[in-house]
Amino acid sequence: MDLFLMTIVTGIMVGSIYALVALGWVLIYKCSGVLNLAMGEMTLIGAYVSLSFYSMGVPFLLSLLFSLIIGFVLGILTERIFLDKLIGEPVLTVIMVTVGLSFFFKGIVELIWGTDTQVFTPPVFSIDPIHFGPLVIGRVYLWSFVAAIVLLAIFVSFFKYTRWGLAMQATADDEMAALSLGVSARFVYAMAWAIAFMAAGVGGTLLGNINGLNISVGYLGLLVLPAVVLGGLNSIPGAIVGGISIGILQNLCGAYLDRYFPGAVKEIAPFVFMVIFLFFRPHGLWGWERIERV
Amino acid sequence: MVAANEQNKNGILLELEDVHMSFGKVKALNGISLKVRKGQIHSIIGPNGAGKTVMMNVINGLYHPQKGGVFFKGQKINHLKPYVRAKLGLARTFQKVEVFGGMTVLDNIRLGRHIHYKSGILSGSLYLGKSAKEEIEHRTFIEEEIIDLLEIESIRNKPVGMLPYGLQKRVELGRALALGPEILILDEPLAGLNLEEVEDMARFILDVNEEKRWKLTCILVEHDMGVVMDLSDKIFVLNFGNMILDGTPEEVQNNPEVIKAYLGEEDLYSTRG
Repeated sequence: MDLFLMTIVTGIMVGSIYALVALGWVLIYKCSGVLNLAMGEMTLIGAYVSLSFYSMGVPFLLSLLFSLIIGFVLGILTERIFLDKLIGEPVLTVIMVTVGLSFFFKGIVELIWGTDTQVFTPPVFSIDPIHFGPLVIGRVYLWSFVAAIVLLAIFVSFFKYTRWGLAMQATADDEMAALSLGVSARFVYAMAWAIAFMAAGVGGTLLGNINGLNISVGYLGLLVLPAVVLGGLNSIPGAIVGGISIGILQNLCGAYLDRYFPGAVKEIAPFVFMVIFLFFRPHGLWGWERIERV
Repeated sequence: MVAANEQNKNGILLELEDVHMSFGKVKALNGISLKVRKGQIHSIIGPNGAGKTVMMNVINGLYHPQKGGVFFKGQKINHLKPYVRAKLGLARTFQKVEVFGGMTVLDNIRLGRHIHYKSGILSGSLYLGKSAKEEIEHRTFIEEEIIDLLEIESIRNKPVGMLPYGLQKRVELGRALALGPEILILDEPLAGLNLEEVEDMARFILDVNEEKRWKLTCILVEHDMGVVMDLSDKIFVLNFGNMILDGTPEEVQNNPEVIKAYLGEEDLYSTRG
């Protein structure tokens, strides 16, 4: 029983990191209809940036903040340089550009930081676990969870309660109409990329703290897909629930199925789940079904 | 500046000057000039494919003409993006309704008010002093001026995508009004409406044009000749990107070329029984 509880709790905590990255992904999809296939590499860049600052002796929280700022700038630059000219072009073109971007980013990361696994030294979080009654939780998980939840709350309230958020929703819904109401689509897209880059960077940094940082952390970008498919591609609460569910699912499979199917059950489980799930709920839990009267 | 003063003196709010717009080899607008005077309802008519919507898109900034000038209050606005023109006071509705289907009626209209909020992101999100007061002002405006005018009180919290087409058009009009514009472009506001809805919509258009509170200048693109003749101060007739005539309803009704181009040989009033 303890094992079960532990698995669930750790799952929720890792899942909250997925949720953060998924949120960034959904934001871009919601605003512009673009499936961003460079999300994983964006997490890498953010993670390496904060690792570099941390290695230079900058306190961890400050490094995270720097990585957020740089993520913001990079997000806007990416949108301005690579995607701005494609506004109004077919979405598929833009998606192919994001594939290109993912290779480009990965190349840059390998050039600057190499391919060896790097860890945050000295470790940011002490290795002593925290005891909650029968539960034993690693500090790194707990703090990652807290950080992810705080950032999720900030991003969600930005989207829900500010008029910039409303403007983003409007652009997502109907770009032409939003333009006619004084909403600048370019500004909105740039904002979406900036937020996505920031979310990805934090997600990458947190994961890097858990397992160490190398190119394979970018795999997180792929994991986001089952999470958002589960929640519904364009639903922000969906991304959060989806991310956490995928975290739990992964951990459960790791704990119980690894014995029977040794190897990478943990890695493929989310995708198997995604395929099965799509049979039954093609729109995800909260995706647009577009019920409209004509 | 001289030109600006001159245009203001003549009461011209919006002007197109020798506008050419082509898509590849298709000439959609061929040297179009139009002068819209303040306070008038200026209608644009013409057969399908004549270039009416292209003209609206040029005015509103979705298209940028290859040649010619677009002037608003004497200021050349050719290079301005649609969202900048919206801030200057140009509002529009679309031929196929473009509402935010997932949002409520109120949110749709509130979004039209978006550009008038002055408070910054921080105080705005925290709902502090000034921005709370501002919020109340805008809310009163939306509730008392727009929702009352358009009689959409009962549906204010419904998602727009679920509403019948006629009401969606009404919401779209409300959203355009929320911008507090000086000029309102209506692209086929009556298309697809039933007789009763047409009467309502025509009444709303007259209201915003005549009521002291609004005094809006309107550019109306419409096929319903009965309504066009009743509402318009001036009518601009377009065919294959060329102007045929720009005159009063009487002049248009009696012009043989217009009758031939647009109405076939039919009677002007036969479009709606």
